[in-house]
Formats: sequence, C-alpha cells, structure tokens
Amino acid sequence: MNPMLNLWLIPVLPLAGAAINGFLGKKSSRQAVTTIALFFSAAAFAMALWVAMRFSSLALPYHEYLAHWIRSGTFSVDFEFYLDQLSLVMLLVVTGVGFLIHIYSVGYMWDDPSYYRFFCYLNLFMFFMLTLILAGNYLQMFIGWEGVGLASYLLIGFWFTKDSAASAGKKAFIVNRIGDFGFLIALFLIIKHLGSLNFDRVFQSVLPLSAETAGAGLLTAIGILLMVGAAGKSAQIPLYVWLPDAMEGPTPVSALIHAATMVTAGVYMVSRSHIIFERAPMALTVVAIVGTLTAFFAATIGIVQTDIKKVLAYSTVSQLGYMFMACGVGAFSAGIFHLMTHAFFKGLLFLAAGSVIHAVGGEQDMRKMGGLRTKIPWTFWTMTAGTLAIAGIPGLAGFFSKDEILWRAYQASWVYWLVGLVTAFITSFYMFRLWFMTFFGEYRGEAESGHGSDSAQDAHGSHGHGGIHESPMVMVIPLVILAILSVVGGYVGVPGSLGGSNHFDKFLGPVFHVSAPAGAQNALGEKGAPEQETEGPEPKTGASTELMFTGISVLAALLGFTLAWQLYYRNPQLPAKIAISMQGAYQALVHKYYVDELYGALFVKPLIDGSTRILWQGVDRKIIDAAVNDAGDGARHLSDEARHMQSGNIRSYAGWIAAGSAVVIAFMVWMAVSR
Amino acid sequence: MVPLSYYLLLSGFLFACGVLGFLIKRNIITIFMSIELMLNGVNLSFVAFAAHWHVLAGQIFVFFVMVVAAAEATVGLAIIIAVYRTRETLNVDQVNLLKL
Repeated sequence: MNPMLNLWLIPVLPLAGAAINGFLGKKSSRQAVTTIALFFSAAAFAMALWVAMRFSSLALPYHEYLAHWIRSGTFSVDFEFYLDQLSLVMLLVVTGVGFLIHIYSVGYMWDDPSYYRFFCYLNLFMFFMLTLILAGNYLQMFIGWEGVGLASYLLIGFWFTKDSAASAGKKAFIVNRIGDFGFLIALFLIIKHLGSLNFDRVFQSVLPLSAETAGAGLLTAIGILLMVGAAGKSAQIPLYVWLPDAMEGPTPVSALIHAATMVTAGVYMVSRSHIIFERAPMALTVVAIVGTLTAFFAATIGIVQTDIKKVLAYSTVSQLGYMFMACGVGAFSAGIFHLMTHAFFKGLLFLAAGSVIHAVGGEQDMRKMGGLRTKIPWTFWTMTAGTLAIAGIPGLAGFFSKDEILWRAYQASWVYWLVGLVTAFITSFYMFRLWFMTFFGEYRGEAESGHGSDSAQDAHGSHGHGGIHESPMVMVIPLVILAILSVVGGYVGVPGSLGGSNHFDKFLGPVFHVSAPAGAQNALGEKGAPEQETEGPEPKTGASTELMFTGISVLAALLGFTLAWQLYYRNPQLPAKIAISMQGAYQALVHKYYVDELYGALFVKPLIDGSTRILWQGVDRKIIDAAVNDAGDGARHLSDEARHMQSGNIRSYAGWIAAGSAVVIAFMVWMAVSR
Repeated sequence: MVPLSYYLLLSGFLFACGVLGFLIKRNIITIFMSIELMLNGVNLSFVAFAAHWHVLAGQIFVFFVMVVAAAEATVGLAIIIAVYRTRETLNVDQVNLLKL
C-alpha cells in the first residue's frame, strides 16, 4: 500500500498564492506580494522534490482519490491524482523552472504598476499546469488544459492597454479554442466507446485492441482529434499562428508559458495517450508529419525575424515540432527528454533575452543591438550556454535530446531524419545569428538617452535608465542556474552509442513499454526485432551507425555556426545583399509564408463579413429588431384607431351596446336556425 | 283572437322606436321617454307571452318592471332637475365632464 502523499497540495499551493495575491495584493507592498508568490511556488517545488525523493518506494502508478465529481449511470469521473515517471518528470520541470522564473520575474516586473496582478496570474498558471500534469483522467486534464489557456490569455494580454497585446491574447485564446474543440470530440468518442475517462480504465480497454493497420477506425479518429488539441496548445501547423504573437506578453511569461511549460502540454498529452496512438499508426503518422513540417517551416521563418523574442518564438514552435516528430515515430521518451532539455535551454534563452531587453531599455529589435558582450557579461555567458545547447553542440543538453530524436526518426523513415537534420542546421544558424547580432559588432542602438519613450508599456521602460547595464542579481541567478541545467541536463540521457546508458529512457520505460509489442511494431515501420527495448540501448550493430549520424548532426550544427559567423560577424552587409538577390523567398519568409494573411482571408474576414451582413444587418436588424418594432408600431396604430370608441358621448356608448347586443342576438338566432 | 306575432311585432316596433330615440335625440327628457318606451315594449311582449302560454310569471315580471320604472323615473327626474339647475341645459352632449 502506498503512503499518502497528499499530491493535491502541489497544485493547491500556488492556487492559494494566487488567491492571496489576487484578493489582497492591491493593497499590500511589493515585498509582501513577492514573499507570498515566491513562498507558494517554492513550496510546490519543495513538495515535488519531496515526492521525487520518496518516488523509489512507491508502487507505480500512484493514485490519489479525492472526491466524486460526476456520476451518471455507469459513467463516473472523480477528482483524482495520478503519478508515474512521466508526470514526475513534468512535475519537476514545471515546478523547478516555474520557481526560477518566479524569482526572475521579481526583478523584471518590479517597476510594473500591476505587480501583484502579474504574480497572481503566474501562480494561477502554476495551479492549472500542475492540475493538468497530475490529473488522473482526461476530464481533469481538460480542466488544467483550459485553465492554462486562460492564464496564458491573461498574461499575453497583461499590458491590455496596448492594442496589440489585447488582440494577441484574443488570438491565442481563439486559436486554442479550435484545438480544444478537437480534444473535446476526442473525449466524447472515448466516453461513448470506452465508457470512461479514467486513464487506467481507458488504457486497460485499449490495450487488448490490435493496431488499426488497415484503414482508419475509432482509435485513429481519437488519435487525430487528440492531435488537433495538441496542435492548438503546442502551436503546431496549422494552429501555430498564436505563439509568435504571444510574445506581446512580458518576457518571463514567454519563458514560462510559451516556451518551457504550457506549450509542451500537447506533447505531454500525446505521450500520456501513447497506448492509443500506438494502436493507430495513421494517427502517429499524422503526428510525425505535422511535427516534421512544423519544425522545418517555423525554423525557416526564424531566419529572417529581427525581433529577438520572435526568433525565439519561432524557435520554440520548431523545437515543439521536434518533440512531435519524436512522438510520431514512437519515440515518446525521446520527445519527453527533449521537452525537458528544451524547458531548460529555451527558458534560459527567453530569460536572457529578457535581460538583454532590460539592459537596452525595452528595445526588442536586434538590428538596434550589437556589441553587448562586454556590457552585460552574465547575460552573454548564460545566453551562450543556451545557444550552444539548442544548436546541438556536443556535450550540452540539446545535443543529446535532439540527437536521440534524429536517430529514432531515421529508424522510422529517412525523410524525417533529413528534414530534421536540415532543421537542426537552420536552428543553429538562426540562433547564432541572434547571438552575433546581439552581442558582437558595434552597438547600433540610439544614444543612451533615447530609450524608454516608445516602450513605456514594458515593465522597465518607465524608470530612469543609466545606460546599458547588467540586470540585478535576482534576475542573474535564475539565468545561471538554468545555464548550468542547460549544460548538464542532457547527461541523464546519454545514449548507448556515446558510452552512456540512457538513464532517462530507462526511467520512463515503465510508462512507455506497458503496451503489447504488436502495436509498437507497426508504429515503428521497418524497425522490427528487439521490440521490448525499443528505446533502450541500441543493439551493437546500430551503435556505429548511430555514431555516424551523431557526427552528421554535429556537422550540421557547426555549419550553421560558420554560416552565421560569415554572414553576421565577418560580412555584416552580406545578408542585406542576399535578401535583395532572393527577393521572393525573402519576402515570403518575412511575411511568415503569408499564413496570417491566408487565415485572415479564409476565416477571419468571411466570419466578420458574414456576421456583419447576414447576422447583424440581416437577421438582427431586419428580422429580430424589425419584429419587435413592428409589433410596437402595430399596437400603437391599432389603439390609435380603437381610442375613438371611448368618446365620452353617452349616446355613442349606447350605440355600441345596441350594436353589440344586435350581434349577440343575431348570433344566437343563427345558432338556433342552423341547429 | 289576435295572434301572438302581432303583439310581438308591435313590441319590437316600440322597442326599436325607443332605441332609435335614445340614440338620436339630444334632449335628456326625450331620452328618458325613449327608455320608458323600450321598457313598455318589453312589457308588452311579456304579457303577450304570459297570455299565450297561460303562465303568470310574465305578468308578475311586468309589475316588477313597472315598479322599477316608477322608481327610476323619480330618481331620473331628480337627476335631470339637478343637471338643469347646475348646467342650464338639457343637451346630453354638453353633459360630458367625465370625458377626457
């Protein structure tokens, strides 16, 4: 019997923080708000660590039943918590990275007038994210899923007086709704055909089913619909458009929600449902293709972005694509591994970018930066660590996880691998482009006095800046911790070919290998023989091949670095010339392949026009309003006529009486005659 | 013996005359007389039926009507005198205080 862990406390702690700050924060001092917010997020992290320490003594998966929720016939949903290796990894990442970003935010948001509101939302986000992760059934997961969407909306639109921020928040919310629609239908299908939403019961009833190799069936439908939900939340094609706009939010929010945690919820959900996906090869193929395409296209858009946060946003979309690619080829633990390392290095990159923005007084355009290397050394070195990690330089976190994904993708199909490799090259290129543009060369910004005017809505635009300066310690320390994690974070999953034993994969093994081999086999395509250890150490024959592939991807990363070095350090004029010589391609990239315009023309404009012309001017004004107005007018006209009966003249009343009685008598006579 | 229909026709004729007079005339006294005419038209049909069916109820009804008409005549005439004293006219169209 498992000891009582009181898992429910983990999400409820940040909720308490959110409630206290939300209700009392307006009147309390910044110090009090800080204390509350940090205490409750730290408490959640501490509790997660405590759970992790007791983890080895638990019988997994650990269940915690809290209360009945819905009872309807044989169908029931409870409030319950569920802990296994997968949720533990997510739990530690979310609470750990979340806590660090809370600390960072203290420095970043200190001068914002709505300081307490920010931390209230941030804690609220933690609550919903932890609910999502620890949920024991799909419905509870869905609460968290919707809740993080809400928190994301609130935080993107945090500076809601700015028009672009308010509409970016709405865009994120509406696009997410489209994905949630798919998720909900998947849940309805599960309820209808499997009779439960509880993870254990759903997976138990799916487990004996054979894979739907020939054609599509129920599981394929569920899988694809779940993927629609995941594509919305995790910004995959075709629903990725909200994430780059979400950069309107404060930078810590971009780091926490739109890089490290919330956007990975889709990957988590797909991995959690891997038993369904493994029995639906077609759905898995969809996942893989969507992931691969997203990784590639988002990376290409990232090349030409000049806003430092936009580059990172497209990079996030692209890296999420990698994770889905991994899930799509059945390498769920590789996807989760990349999720974790990505949380470290992308969280770091965003926070460092925030530190850069802070240093130059709210400027986000990289063309106005440059030469910041010596002025903000801490930010520079931590950002270097993050850049090296994401580019896949050997020895850092991103190298191991990305390499694992590429290798596993190759085993499924060389196409995935090739696209992934090209994407890795592009990733390396745009990241080093960012690095060179920001930290090397000459400072291209305006004179020191100029800043703060057009960026007053940003947290620090308002206070008097004394030139470019390093961020306060409260912001630097989280950067350093994340930088260390970005460097060493990959060593938990060193693959066999590099002399490691892939602890991470083994740790997650019990989650992902419960399935019968038949399903996995089909999902993996040609990969046949050693099914029980699909993600364990590769057989000896594969090791040298894998090593070769590792070499190729390192080469791609170095190539990206060299190219960026040539273009943005040696010959800074060259990129402009290339842009002119390849005008068509360049314009397409700058306009993000015109996807926003396309969606605008296909969905937004018809919707607005239809609503205006048909619903508003047609239905509302011509039918509903007209009916009400005509009824009123008619009644008035009728009474206007009938008013003349009330003349006040006795003889006319008598006349009416006489006429009335005549009618009655005539009627009675007629009745008598016709009988 | 005079057939019933003759009485009824006369009764209807008297009643119609009363109604017509009530609607057309403006003088209160004339209107008052028209009411009496209508009552007597009805009375005539009552007694005609009573005689025809050999039932006394009709005749008793007529007495009641006559008593009520007498009472009504006293009250009505009193009102007419009061109206004439205050308004110096017997034209009903000018007795219209209740009209808006």
